Amino acid sequence: MARMISYKQAINEALDLEMRRDPTVILLGEDIVGGAGAPGEMDAWGGVLGVTKGLHAKHGNRLMDTPLSESAYIGAAIGAAACGMRPVAELMFLDFMGVCFDQIFNQAAKFKYMFGGKAKTPVVIRAMVGAGFRAAAQHSQMLTPLFTHIPGLKVVCPSNAYDAKGLLIQAIRDDDPVIFCEHKALYGSEADVPEESYAIPFGEANIARDGKDVTLVGYGLTVPRALSAADTLARSGVSAEVIDLRTLSPIDWDTVIESVENTGRLVVVDEANPRCSIATDVVAHVTQHAFGALKAAPQMVTAPHTPVPFSPALEDLYIPSAEAIVAAVHKTTGPVKSAA
Amino acid sequence: MNERIKPVVMPKWGLSMSEGKVTGWLKPAGSPIAPGDEIVEVETDKIAGVVEAHETGTLRRVIGEPDTVYPVKALLGIIADDAVPDAEIDAYVAEYATQAAAEAAQEEAPRTHFIDTPAGRLRYAKRGEGATTVVLIHGFGGDLDNWLFNIDALAESATVYALDLPGHGQSDKKLDDPSLRGLSAALLGFMDALGIDRAHLVGHSMGGAIAGRTALDAPSRVASVTLIGSAGLGDEINAGYTDGFVQASSRRDLKPVLEQLFDDPDTVTRQLIDDLLKYKRLDGVAEALTALSASLFAGGRQAELVAEALAASDVPALVVFGASDKVIPPAHAQALGARASVEVIEGAGHMVQMEKAGRVNELILAHIA
Repeated sequence: MARMISYKQAINEALDLEMRRDPTVILLGEDIVGGAGAPGEMDAWGGVLGVTKGLHAKHGNRLMDTPLSESAYIGAAIGAAACGMRPVAELMFLDFMGVCFDQIFNQAAKFKYMFGGKAKTPVVIRAMVGAGFRAAAQHSQMLTPLFTHIPGLKVVCPSNAYDAKGLLIQAIRDDDPVIFCEHKALYGSEADVPEESYAIPFGEANIARDGKDVTLVGYGLTVPRALSAADTLARSGVSAEVIDLRTLSPIDWDTVIESVENTGRLVVVDEANPRCSIATDVVAHVTQHAFGALKAAPQMVTAPHTPVPFSPALEDLYIPSAEAIVAAVHKTTGPVKSAA
Repeated sequence: MNERIKPVVMPKWGLSMSEGKVTGWLKPAGSPIAPGDEIVEVETDKIAGVVEAHETGTLRRVIGEPDTVYPVKALLGIIADDAVPDAEIDAYVAEYATQAAAEAAQEEAPRTHFIDTPAGRLRYAKRGEGATTVVLIHGFGGDLDNWLFNIDALAESATVYALDLPGHGQSDKKLDDPSLRGLSAALLGFMDALGIDRAHLVGHSMGGAIAGRTALDAPSRVASVTLIGSAGLGDEINAGYTDGFVQASSRRDLKPVLEQLFDDPDTVTRQLIDDLLKYKRLDGVAEALTALSASLFAGGRQAELVAEALAASDVPALVVFGASDKVIPPAHAQALGARASVEVIEGAGHMVQMEKAGRVNELILAHIA
C-alpha cells in the first residue's frame, strides 16, 4: 500500500492539491513555468530543478514566470497576500533572498504587528537551501538562522518527502509569512506519502528514532545524517534519540527538553555556519532550562565558519557528516562508552 | 518441510513493514544457539531490532548478508542440530527459495481494495473463500488493520471482509450522517455494493453498536452479531479517551490516550502512534471524528443504545470484553443477559481482539459455526 514518492514530487503534489482546493493560491517565480506558450508544455522546465513541472498544464495562468528581479516579485507576492491571495513565490536559491530583505523583514514580517492584528500576510516563499550540489558559495548556504532571528516569520525545513508535503500544505494554509526551505540534496529522497491532503502542524518536532543515551537534534539534511550516525552508534552500544525539528520558527522546545531529560546528553547538528545558528540557539535553550539534566557539555556539529567551497573535496568536508556526529557523541559519553 | 531444520527469517514488525536490512550478525556461523539468544540485527525505515532464537541447535548457515535488504519472511539463516547432514540443509535452503518466490507472487495481489458506495469510496480487505460470510467492523478512530490478528484465522473457515468505515482509514473522509443509523446504512450500502446478502457481523467498540443497529434494522441481512468491547450496551464511556483521541495532534498527547486501549500499555509502539497521527492529519478526519464523538459519545455518555432491543430480538449474539477495558466498562458485557454468550477475558483491555486474538478467534469461530 505504500506509495513511495520523492521529496520533489511531494512538493509538486502539495502545490497541486492546494491550488485545486483554494482558488486564491497562485505561484510566482523565475522559470517556474519555463517555456509556457511553446509547444509541449509538459516539456517546460518547471523551475530550475523541475519542482513545478506540469503545474502550468493543470492550472494555467495561476502560475506566473517573473522577471529576474527578486525584490520586485517577492514584493508583489507579499502585496498580493495582504490583498487576499495566498501566493507561493519560488525564490530558487535562498542565497538570493538578500536583495529582497526589506520586503521580507520590514514589510511581510511586520504587517500583522504594525496593523494591530488586522492584516494577515499568507505568503509562502519557497527556496532551495544547503550544500552538496557543486553550486559554489552563492547557491549553497544554509541561511535559516537569518530568518529565525526575525519575529513574524515562520521558518520550515523538511527532512523527508512525507513531511515536505504536509508542511507545505500547512504553510500555504497558514496566515503568516512562511520561509519554506527545501534542501536540494533531498529532492530525490523517497518516502511513503499518502495521496490525500494532510497538514502537519508547525512547532511539532518529530522523534525520528527513539534512544536513551544521547539526543541528536537536526533539521533538513542533517536528519538523515544523524540517523546514519545513530546506526553506527547502536553498534557500539550507544542508543541515540534523533529529533527532527521540522520547523525552526516556531520551534518545539518541549520535545527537545523532554528528550534531554531522558538522555542527559545533547548533540545539535546544523548545516548553518556556527555563530548565532540553530545549533547555538538549541544549546543555549537547553542549557538554560534543563541544566540539571545534562551529564556532559552539549556538543555542536556545524559547517565551519567559511563560505561553502567550490572544490568538491572541500565541499564534502564542509557539510556535517555522520562520522563527525559520532565523534561529537563520543565527547559526551566519554571514552568508556565509546570503547564498548 | 524438514522439521529438524529451523529457519531464521526476516521478521515483520508492524503492518507496513515489507522489507528490512540485515545490519549485522550477533552470532557467527557454527555458534550454539539457545532460545532467547539474539542472533541477527535488522533495521527497517522505522525501527532497528534484533531477531531472537526460539529453538535450540547450532547456527548452521548464515545466509543474510550485512547491509543488504531482504523482504519479510526471506531466509536469513538456518538453525539445526549438528546431527542434521549438510545435504539436508542445502536441500531445505533450495526449497525455501522456491516456496518464498511462490508466496511472493501470491502477495503481489493488493492486500486491500476500494469500492464505490452511496457513503463514498470505501477501502476493504477480503480473505478466504468459505460459504459463511463474516464482516468485521472496526471502532471509533480505527481501521481494518485493527483485525490484523483475526482476519486470517477467521478466513480459514469463512469469507471474511473488513472495511474502513466512512471517515476512517483510507476510505472517503466525508461523513453524511454521524449517527448509528447513518453508519449502519453505510455498512448495508457496502454489503449491497459487494453483493453480500447476509453476513455474520463482528463489531468492535463503535463497530459493535453499528452491528447491533444493523441487526435490528435489517434482520434478514444479519446471521449473527459478535460484539467486542462494544458500544451501545450501556451509558458510560470514557470521555477522557474519546475526547483525548479527537484532540491529540502530537505524539506526546496521543501516547497516553492510546495506552488506555490496552491491558499492557507497552503494546503502544511508536509505529502505532505514527500511523494514527498520519491518519489524523488527513483532511476531513478531524471533522469526521468530532462529528462522531459529538453524536455518539458527548459528555462521556453513549447517546444511542441497542442493548434492550437486541435482548428482545432473536439475533444470535456473542459478547466479548477485556476484563481491564478502560474505555467501556466490562460490566456492559452482561447487558443482553442470558440472551447472549458472554466471555470476559482476563489480561486484555479494550483492544481484546488484538491482545487475546487466539481466544477471541476461537469464540467467533464457534459462534458462527
